[in-house]
Amino acid sequence: MDFISILSIFVMACFVGYYVVWSVTPALHTPLMAVTNAISSVIIVGALIAAAAGGSPTAKWLGLIAVALASVNIFGGFAVTARMLAMYKKKER
Amino acid sequence: MEHIAPPAWVMLAYLISGVFFILALRGLSSPATSQRGNHFGMAGMLIAVVTTLVTHDVASLPEIMGAIAIGGGIGWVTARKIAMTDMPQLVAAFHSLVGMAAVLVAAAAFLNPSAFGIVGEDGLINPVSRVEMGLGIAIGAITFSGSVIAFLKLAGKMSGAPILLPLRHVINLGTLAAILGLIGYFTVDQSPWIFWTVTALAFLIGFLLIIPIGGADMPVVVSMLNSYSGWAAAAMGFTLHNTAMIITGALVGSSGAILSYIMCKAMNRSFISVIAGGFGAEAAVSGGEAKEQRPWKRGSAEDAAYMMQQAESVIIVPGYGMAVAQAQHILREMADVLKKQGVSVKYAIHPVAGRMPGHMNVLLAEASVPYDEVFELEDINSEFAQADVAFIIGANDVVNPAAKTDKTSPIYGMPVFDVDKAKTVFFVKRSMGGVGYAGVDNDVFYMDQTMMLLADAKKMCEDIVKALQH
Repeated sequence: MDFISILSIFVMACFVGYYVVWSVTPALHTPLMAVTNAISSVIIVGALIAAAAGGSPTAKWLGLIAVALASVNIFGGFAVTARMLAMYKKKER
Repeated sequence: MEHIAPPAWVMLAYLISGVFFILALRGLSSPATSQRGNHFGMAGMLIAVVTTLVTHDVASLPEIMGAIAIGGGIGWVTARKIAMTDMPQLVAAFHSLVGMAAVLVAAAAFLNPSAFGIVGEDGLINPVSRVEMGLGIAIGAITFSGSVIAFLKLAGKMSGAPILLPLRHVINLGTLAAILGLIGYFTVDQSPWIFWTVTALAFLIGFLLIIPIGGADMPVVVSMLNSYSGWAAAAMGFTLHNTAMIITGALVGSSGAILSYIMCKAMNRSFISVIAGGFGAEAAVSGGEAKEQRPWKRGSAEDAAYMMQQAESVIIVPGYGMAVAQAQHILREMADVLKKQGVSVKYAIHPVAGRMPGHMNVLLAEASVPYDEVFELEDINSEFAQADVAFIIGANDVVNPAAKTDKTSPIYGMPVFDVDKAKTVFFVKRSMGGVGYAGVDNDVFYMDQTMMLLADAKKMCEDIVKALQH
């Protein structure tokens, strides 16, 4: 992909993000932060590439550490979000 | 070596992953759909990880699995154990990890560029990729060190008071200019010293940016760092030409930016003044001034129980002080007893009621308060005029009418609840001495219809519940 295509995706995604986030109810802003935290750990993709590649042992180890750090976030972020969301209950009628 | 385009199905898989992340946030538009949204998020992450693993020659699968197991285990256990009041520092700690992961990935890309397919025909790293890497490592490093300071302040391991260095604006702007200048120079000269100097300066600036910001502004800081962690992921997405990372980065970046904006608006502070720091230091000084003695009425738990039983509608305004006193469960019991007796009970939440956006809603949800009894500022404020009782517990600045009337007040212009319009006001407070974050006196204490309930919030609610059951 050339730079302009990537930039186009990025700009469009910023607009999508803007509208989607404004539609989030303020009552769920804390879970929103927890889940955005979890999904921003998609950076694990870069960490996996670094950890998988041969060539530079240093780069491989940096990648492995990054994989571990991102995993803390992925598992922790989704789990804590699930825990919070399970607490939101409607009035019993 | 040109960047080889991956097969179409790989691009599609990352695109689906990105779309799933959009759906994860979309689900949060209502509590009813939110859990499904979270599952979309998990699925999106699984797709991204599996796609990456099957499309690369993985020389070290056991090590990678080990790293995931160790990190995932730590994350899982932490998520299960953390108290809901500690959510802000957990989120800050998680941000620091994303920041550090971005730094490590950018460093790995610099050390082993061919693995990332960013080497040009001349054997050097593509100039565009150098800028992306430079920005990625810089934003990642700022996110890391800034979040560490935010974590220490929120967890109380470091004083919440702003630390003001002389000439700090000059130092900060100079450091930022140096980082940008070096990233620019990096496009013509890919010497390692430039890359590592950028990294070191970025770690330093993250630290310098957050230390002057006071505890009261931490909700803005946490949201801002949330945004940074997104931009760091997006920058690495540009380097890797990865759609999932770019979409996610844009989503998270916008999300954090919008939350910072909402928080600033709720405090009537400009984003620039929050970043410039120092708020809280001045307030501590002005709070020390001698105050005039004005008459006020003290009420008892029995008074409160009687008045609320007679009322048709009660609006509860909880603040962070309620959570500190761990009074949310007994407060909900009090509301349950009142509801059984036919009283309409609603909760009014100010955007800055907790220590991060939406924090108070989580604390009430944990205490089994149904979410359809909890209302935001703009949705409920007009109802105070018809309410028989406003019950303020652990809140102060958010009900201070000075924000509407006194132009000299530090909180002037902040949107506040019109509790002064309610027929009767009960104000639960530990003593008459303490003041809110902003350190200003509150006219609500001295109104004719106000009764001060001076006690620990939890103890007071217990006494009211006892009195209600008589």
